[in-house]
Amino acid sequence: MRAEDAFPVRGVARPALPRRSLRLWSVRHARGLAAFYRGFERGLRAAAPLLRRIGYARLERPVAGVERVVKQALFDCRMCGQCVLSATGLSCPMNCPKGLRNGPCGGVRDNGTCEVHPQMPCVWVKAFEGAERMGAVARLGEAQAPIDHRKTGRSSWLQAAQADAAP
Amino acid sequence: MLHPDDVGPTPWAPLRPLPGHVSRGRLERVLRRGEFAVTAEINPPDSADPDEIEQRVKPFEGWVDAINATDGSGAHCHMSSVAVSALLIRLGYSPVTQISCRDHNRIAIQGNVLGAAALGVANILCLTGDGVQAGDHPEAKPVFDLDSIALLETIRVMRDERRFLSGRKITAPPQVFVGAAENPFAPPYAFRPIRLGKKIAAGAQFIQTQYCYDLPMMARFMARVCDLGLHERCFILAGCGPLASAKAAKWIRANVPGVHIPDTVITRLEGAKDQRAEGKRICVEIIQQLRQMPGIAGVHLMAYKQEESIAEIVHQSGVLAGRTPWRRDLVATTHTVETQGAA
Repeated sequence: MRAEDAFPVRGVARPALPRRSLRLWSVRHARGLAAFYRGFERGLRAAAPLLRRIGYARLERPVAGVERVVKQALFDCRMCGQCVLSATGLSCPMNCPKGLRNGPCGGVRDNGTCEVHPQMPCVWVKAFEGAERMGAVARLGEAQAPIDHRKTGRSSWLQAAQADAAP
Repeated sequence: MLHPDDVGPTPWAPLRPLPGHVSRGRLERVLRRGEFAVTAEINPPDSADPDEIEQRVKPFEGWVDAINATDGSGAHCHMSSVAVSALLIRLGYSPVTQISCRDHNRIAIQGNVLGAAALGVANILCLTGDGVQAGDHPEAKPVFDLDSIALLETIRVMRDERRFLSGRKITAPPQVFVGAAENPFAPPYAFRPIRLGKKIAAGAQFIQTQYCYDLPMMARFMARVCDLGLHERCFILAGCGPLASAKAAKWIRANVPGVHIPDTVITRLEGAKDQRAEGKRICVEIIQQLRQMPGIAGVHLMAYKQEESIAEIVHQSGVLAGRTPWRRDLVATTHTVETQGAA
């Protein structure tokens, strides 16, 4: 048997993905960013009565717009609308080519890169590093429900504010 | 001789229900009896000819407790795993139907689970699946609506709570023994036991691991698993397989993500006169050492294009300890029927 026959040949060469994107910086600074977000979330909750008076429906578009710009820059956010960054070491799982939200697949290479894009560090390898920095490794054990595709594009910030407002 | 619990009215009929068992298949019974289980894997054919299935599984007969039917492995098109499983059941074999999340959304997957169970499938392995980029249709849409953990949870809910994810009722739930895969040999290593725990919490009752060629690494993983008590909550079957040559091993290591082969194994193959025979010897030795490892309940053999060597490997490893898994010439005897009647 020829060695090449033993397994199907994996995909052809693909353009390299940037190894030095801002999202890797964010993971390196997960601790500070997470602390900042906790403060921000407290602010959101405090503002909940005001936000409710303005109307969440009216706020959805502008807030989602700002959220998209900020989180896209920092985390390569895909606006799944059900943000789990604080449970994934600030490494956005939607950047995984399989969109895995519960941990790494079995194909991570020995050097910690993705099986699909050999140039890209596995988002879950980064998630583990980020979670260690945040002291939130236990949160990686939380089971994440499958994505609700109806929420795609919606603001997670407003949902965080509302979650607290609702008794 | 077959264990009386493993004998049904016909080889393809579901076995009589047993207390403490979720399925009516042989694999769960073998594992719950504490026997060291052996499973193997076939790659479904690129063909619509059912006879090809029989040809492929013949070498396994009498040597393995269950046969995995892969679901588009390596993101390549093959006969569907549910169809392969149904054909295997017709012949009397016990399939483990693999379901991958790459090609179906949650609506299709839940329908397939009910269909598979209706056709007699007693074991389902929940996988995330390879990316489409790995296969022969890299332009296809990757679905990944669920991941392996959500899939485990989905099937557990269907079976135990008799409802779909939507909450709608299921009148006859799928009686399936549910499994998952794990790769102790891929980074982030410290995450792997956590992920295994998540899979078990979601519903995994057995685990089949990626190829094990690095026993010290496996031992470290299992030590952590045993510390967490995970081996008591599921049956762990370690993946094994013979390497055809040093060249093949190097190619696999370089090109198949997730397969970790240490240099010592490659050096040993290179030094051998007959590399193919040495590959089988290494496999036998690994199986024997896994047999001794705390927490390991069996082995899962993947001998792609070396299927004929499975019998030899299992025999030489001695892990069956005189036991014979189902074989079509082993039928219910007066003795087994009487014991069954008395039980």
